[in-house]
Amino acid sequence: MNNESILRDPTAETSPALRARLQPPASLNGLTVALLDIGKARGDEYVDRLQELLSARGISWRRYKKPTNTRTAPVELLQQIARECQVAVIALSD
Amino acid sequence: MDSARFALFVKQDCQTCTLLVPVFERLRESLPDLAIYVQDDPRFLSSAGAAYDKTLEKSFRADIEITPTLIRMTGQSETGRVCGWVRDEWRNITGIAKLGQDLPAYSPGCGSKTRQPGVWERLVAQFGDSQLKSRPIQIDEWDDPIEACFDRGWSDGLPVVPPTDERILRMLSGTNRRPDETIGLVPPDLAECTVEKVAINAVMAGCKPEYMPVVLAALEAALDPLFTMHGLLCTTCFSGPIVIVNGPISRAINMNWGINALGQGNRANATIGRALQLIIRNVGGGRPGEIDRATLGQPGKYTFCFAEDETDPAWEPLSVSRGIPSGRSAVTLFQGDGIQGFVDQKSRAPEELTRSLAMALTAVSHPKQAQTANAILILSPEHYSIFRDAGWDRTRITKELHAALLRPGRDLIVGAHGVGEGIPASRAEEMVPKFWDDGLLIVRAGGSAGMFSAICAGWTGGRARGQTKPITKELRL
Repeated sequence: MNNESILRDPTAETSPALRARLQPPASLNGLTVALLDIGKARGDEYVDRLQELLSARGISWRRYKKPTNTRTAPVELLQQIARECQVAVIALSD
Repeated sequence: MDSARFALFVKQDCQTCTLLVPVFERLRESLPDLAIYVQDDPRFLSSAGAAYDKTLEKSFRADIEITPTLIRMTGQSETGRVCGWVRDEWRNITGIAKLGQDLPAYSPGCGSKTRQPGVWERLVAQFGDSQLKSRPIQIDEWDDPIEACFDRGWSDGLPVVPPTDERILRMLSGTNRRPDETIGLVPPDLAECTVEKVAINAVMAGCKPEYMPVVLAALEAALDPLFTMHGLLCTTCFSGPIVIVNGPISRAINMNWGINALGQGNRANATIGRALQLIIRNVGGGRPGEIDRATLGQPGKYTFCFAEDETDPAWEPLSVSRGIPSGRSAVTLFQGDGIQGFVDQKSRAPEELTRSLAMALTAVSHPKQAQTANAILILSPEHYSIFRDAGWDRTRITKELHAALLRPGRDLIVGAHGVGEGIPASRAEEMVPKFWDDGLLIVRAGGSAGMFSAICAGWTGGRARGQTKPITKELRL
């Protein structure tokens, strides 16, 4: 009965109700790309291929892996990626 | 012709309803089309076929104020209603001549559960038309609404109370002003702010509905062009709005002017100042790092609100000294910084204490600056008693402090005493006042023990005398 799923906008309503996504960068030059293997089967193959393509273009990358695909990434891992990279690819290749 | 239908609304926790159980059983036997709704206990009258109005929707839609209430419907029209037990009326509406003959002729009912505190607004939000105009934001039912508010940038960094319709409606009950009334344009975006938007932000800040007149007056003061809220917001200085409340409202809403008056622990003090800041942030779009360019800021920018101690009838309240009639409630907004503590446990004569306070007040902005900022002096009871016992009132204390704050210009000019900061060299031969003659506000507050007062330095925008000033507004209910 205490419905908290609908809130009223406290702002002047000058921006869209849906939060806008961050715009992707115009170029990857000078950025470091996180390649996150989420732990599902053959995810590593997909990330390996992305790594090859990035290396061929001279773009920096770092590899990461979630302990299991059944749970969200540990906070420490997310913080590490945010600290070390500017862009992330979360790979899935079922 | 349609035959009559009846609806009966009862509550187990109602002495009149329990007294009338034999009457209700008689109605069940005699009235072929009778619906009985129980508001609180599904076991009550269950043998008589009563339905449990668990959500109170039936009671809400029938606008029940008292239990028991019996309604007669003919077709789609209500053709009779009795509230409480008035035997003759019940006999008349039901047509049962000897109804309740063993009972007293009259027994008042109880308040309907729909009218318990806070319940009505929830029912309006759920089953009625809230008439709120602000955009609804649907969040996933599995989302934490407090986190959703953080995610949308609606918070000052502390959790906010999620602004649901029922809470907003309750907040709006704290003022007689219409929800769609515009209070003004809030800087920096100069966005229109209605009473409804004020209520939403007051909910988020944690206010009670009875704080609304204070929040509204504080906002009106902030939007007075002479308060220069835009400049105060975008300054690199420390300052923010300090809210000082005077008059009967401060006692009515249990504000703190005593022990720890400038600190934590009092809901009204804490949330009124916060509501004003949230309105500036959310409606006006004034966010730190964007238009708010404070180099350091200060913790009072979360909230800084307190009431003046008006318990001594000899003391003229701040609001009265600023033109509000005695006995009226008012809000004074000051553009100020945090607390500079003043400790003097040895001065006992008013002249000594005046000189001592003046020494501390020279530190406002910088000891070598003059007429660059206003200030508030918050006099504690022990310090105030030294003045009061000598017969000094607000006017005398203010006059003596200004006199004690006159300093030779040669000590203050740029470079004097080996310090670069200072007033122009051209003023070397003047006796220079520290403040403009209307630039020192004195307020009484604090616990009874401690020879400690406080100074709040004003914003350096105060140097533009006539362009920016503290503002006092009387409350409208």
